[in-house]
Amino acid sequence: MAQEKRPKMSDRLQAIDRRWIFLFIMLAVVIPLAFDLTIDEVATPEVQAIYDRIENLPPGSNVLLPFDYGPESEPELQPMADSYVRHLGRRKQKLFFMCLWPTGQAQTLKTVSQVLEQEFTDYSYGRDYVMLGFRPGGQGVIQVVVTDFRTLYQSDVEGTPIDDIPMMQNVKGLKDMDLILNISGGFPGLKEWIQFGGDRTGVPVAGGVTAVQAPLLYPYYPGQLSGIMGGLKAAAEYESLLIQGYSEAYGTDTERFAAIRRMGPQTLAHLVIILFLVVGNVAWFASRGSSRERLKSLEK
Amino acid sequence: MNEQTRRFLVVGAVGLVVLFALVWSALGQMDGFWVSGAGLGTWFAAFLTLSILSFLYDDNPFYRFAESLFIGVSAGYWMVQGIWQQLIPNMLGRLAPAFVNEHLAQVPLEVDPVDRSMALVQLVLGCLLLWRLAPKGTWIARWPLAVIVGWAAGTNLTRYLVSDFTKQVSPALIPLVEPSQTAFLGIDWIGTLTALVTVFGLLAALIYFFFSVEHKGFLGQVSRGGIWILMITFGAAFGYTVMGRIALLVGRMEFLFVDWLQLIGP
Repeated sequence: MAQEKRPKMSDRLQAIDRRWIFLFIMLAVVIPLAFDLTIDEVATPEVQAIYDRIENLPPGSNVLLPFDYGPESEPELQPMADSYVRHLGRRKQKLFFMCLWPTGQAQTLKTVSQVLEQEFTDYSYGRDYVMLGFRPGGQGVIQVVVTDFRTLYQSDVEGTPIDDIPMMQNVKGLKDMDLILNISGGFPGLKEWIQFGGDRTGVPVAGGVTAVQAPLLYPYYPGQLSGIMGGLKAAAEYESLLIQGYSEAYGTDTERFAAIRRMGPQTLAHLVIILFLVVGNVAWFASRGSSRERLKSLEK
Repeated sequence: MNEQTRRFLVVGAVGLVVLFALVWSALGQMDGFWVSGAGLGTWFAAFLTLSILSFLYDDNPFYRFAESLFIGVSAGYWMVQGIWQQLIPNMLGRLAPAFVNEHLAQVPLEVDPVDRSMALVQLVLGCLLLWRLAPKGTWIARWPLAVIVGWAAGTNLTRYLVSDFTKQVSPALIPLVEPSQTAFLGIDWIGTLTALVTVFGLLAALIYFFFSVEHKGFLGQVSRGGIWILMITFGAAFGYTVMGRIALLVGRMEFLFVDWLQLIGP
């Protein structure tokens, strides 16, 4: 009985079960997490622009923080939300939280309880920050609040009438804001804040988005968008800027910066993907060559 | 239930029991943790995470259960938020403020008559929209839909025209040479290269979509350049997508190994 010919290495590599790739990716994520592998980040100009914009705002400026995302994009966007609030808190700005996504309210509460209430005990609700909550209607909500918040927000998230909140006394519409700092997981999000908010009122808009959205939003920078943060990498860059800028507060305590912690696994996973891409292509080209040889031998 | 489904159920259940026993008895790090409300929530979240990830191996009942639960919970959450954040304060609160104040939520008792009339219009349109569920006269639901479509088209048209067209044209009209007082020959070479790539990349991509003339000769070459620009753009978008998906995986792994199993320190 003739012995069956063993398939070539290139053919075997092409036929590899995709579940092996999943396993390698998982290991590439878990191992750096276990060993706390981190990478030094250098801020790109579009991330630096947001940091500088906040640095240059006079203390007590009104900053609108629409949190338009949910738990599904939390690993990418929550570090951005936390960093913005940390930075704004250090600069003593007034924070107006709202959301166009129903899940955004839970994310707002998370940031408020884990960052604002823990690290900025001098911040008082109603005087320094307010949670306006969710209103359905997407870009329609932005259209309305451009002229008057009170049309849609008669009360805050806790049911307090809006006119009883001290920091809302001098705020009518979007034009009373000094900066719109959006965090967006999709539609409605940063694009709508540019189109219906920033472009209509002239109030500067900046923000952080999921990596998937980032390429679609880059054309707005720097004209219509003061700065943009795309995905976990940008979040880590912003965290590194905060650590550098406020080293007396964060210099030794870097555990709270989730994006920097996650960039180690992210980088290793990317390397594994690149490796598989290279191996896959080499195997494809090699098998193409061998199949040609087989075809020639058959012709003979 | 076929043999494969039965095998998945048995393997999955045994796997969960083994994990539970491993964490609870061997590691001994979770005393009093798993019996607390938060602990049970974490265990359930871990079960759902593993159920969803099990799809990477193959389709199975655990995955379908987690997927259905996610869709159901999401729909319910959106509905409840819509009722309590919009319908009650902004519609009922304007139509019957005294009743709402007494029984449901704090709203201003004085309502502008125009706001009240608008709330009535919204109520009527909302009811007409639900007419779709009625056995007869489903065409009535087309009227509120027409209002929604008309409003969206009207508002989006102007905003897209301004933000995505006119405001995008002016940044594209940039000088091709960036001057610099300190650089070689008085030219900022990096800035100039960026401007050239931006302008010629834009023109090449636009020419690729210009189908009134056959893409031959010089136009054909530029059009091929346009394809390259598009391919690079798609590549960048794909790279970003991979980054986003890996970030989500890191988040889930962090949850499993740090929050749930507590094998890795925070």
